[in-house]
Amino acid sequence: MSAGVEGKLDVLDPQDQARFEQLVLPHLDAAFNLSRWLLRGRADAEDVAQESMLRAFRFFRGFHGGDARAWLLQIVRNACYTWLEKNRSVDLTTEFNEELHPQPSVSPETLAIAGDNRERLTRALEELPVRFREVLILRELEGCSYKEIAAITSVPIGTVMSALARARQRLQRVLTQPTVQQKQAAETGGRP
Amino acid sequence: MTCELTKTVLHGYLDGELDAARAADFERHLISCAECVTALEAQENLHSSIQRAGLYERAPASLRQKLQKELGTPTRSSVTPIRNPAPWRWLAIAATLLLAISLGWRLLPGLRGTSGETAIASAIVDAHLRSLQPGHLEDVQSTDQHTVKPWFDGKLTFAPPVHDFVNEGFPLQGGRLDVVQGRTVAVLVYARRKHLINVFIWPTTEPDSEPQSGSQLGYHWIAWRKSSMELYAVSDVSPEDLTALHHLLTQ
Repeated sequence: MSAGVEGKLDVLDPQDQARFEQLVLPHLDAAFNLSRWLLRGRADAEDVAQESMLRAFRFFRGFHGGDARAWLLQIVRNACYTWLEKNRSVDLTTEFNEELHPQPSVSPETLAIAGDNRERLTRALEELPVRFREVLILRELEGCSYKEIAAITSVPIGTVMSALARARQRLQRVLTQPTVQQKQAAETGGRP
Repeated sequence: MTCELTKTVLHGYLDGELDAARAADFERHLISCAECVTALEAQENLHSSIQRAGLYERAPASLRQKLQKELGTPTRSSVTPIRNPAPWRWLAIAATLLLAISLGWRLLPGLRGTSGETAIASAIVDAHLRSLQPGHLEDVQSTDQHTVKPWFDGKLTFAPPVHDFVNEGFPLQGGRLDVVQGRTVAVLVYARRKHLINVFIWPTTEPDSEPQSGSQLGYHWIAWRKSSMELYAVSDVSPEDLTALHHLLTQ
């Protein structure tokens, strides 16, 4: 960012500052939570959430009303993707190989048991490709509507439902499939 | 998996995002499609597991402090160099948290707020989650306000306002008694599309107030005081829906 732009936008008049405090700052938890799940770590999330909030402050004059949380989370999401590109680009290219993860027939009970393990649930979510993880986090943890998710992730609203469907099916698969260790044991002849 | 709907519409239904006609179509489909019934149950279980696991991670106090420093200083020095700036609300909250920790106040599990107000919100969200367990939602199941209102008589020392808003899209589902922070409260249950809203009500001596809102664990709440009653509405519906219900209840 050039010093000129920053110098010009850094200062909000008291009214704008108050509006920012009222409209945007209350969503700091949402900003942090989304960063934490996209980056899979609290320390990096803290940095990126901070940077995002500063960016939001700087460009607050460009916010012309509407859904402040969605506006902020859009900035957060972009910052997270930029961070991943720079520091962990493998996260952005890992796609879920459906052939390698055949859909087991899952009973609701099996899924309920697997899902009740917080650690396993966290790992399973973190294993999902980031594009599936983000819709799940926005819907399930942030309680966003499809319209808000569409705005935050820059996809047409019509594709949010299918993205969520695919994300949930993948989560279900990861939760109910054997762990890596179990799989290796099976491959080396430990199991049929 | 062969039924295509498990990959699409089922999720819109689960999330309460289908319009009434499409939701009704899907409900008809459920009668004849065992696969969708199983898939729906599995997805509902997954949804409750996620909600129960407490996966939401709140911003640490260190981040709030850094931001206060970054955002507060330039504005203060350039706009109001002499006058003391109004302290940021959340800085006060952060300070409260530090004080609370230093006093050895044990944070309840799942309590993500730090003031007394959010402690109540936390208890309310817990009570909301509890109510979603099978068989816990209503003690009196009726969409008729003239059945629900008398049901509370004799069970409480106050008379909660009971109204049905079926025409406004918030049909009354029933009511129950609950205990929040050691106090017996009345709860009205409203539906909004496929979602449920719990409205917790108890008497107060405080004056009427403007609504305050927030969210925890992905649930939104809105709270206000009116006519010597304190009301807390909580649900996974959008904050806009809760605001709409608040307007109806304060009319």
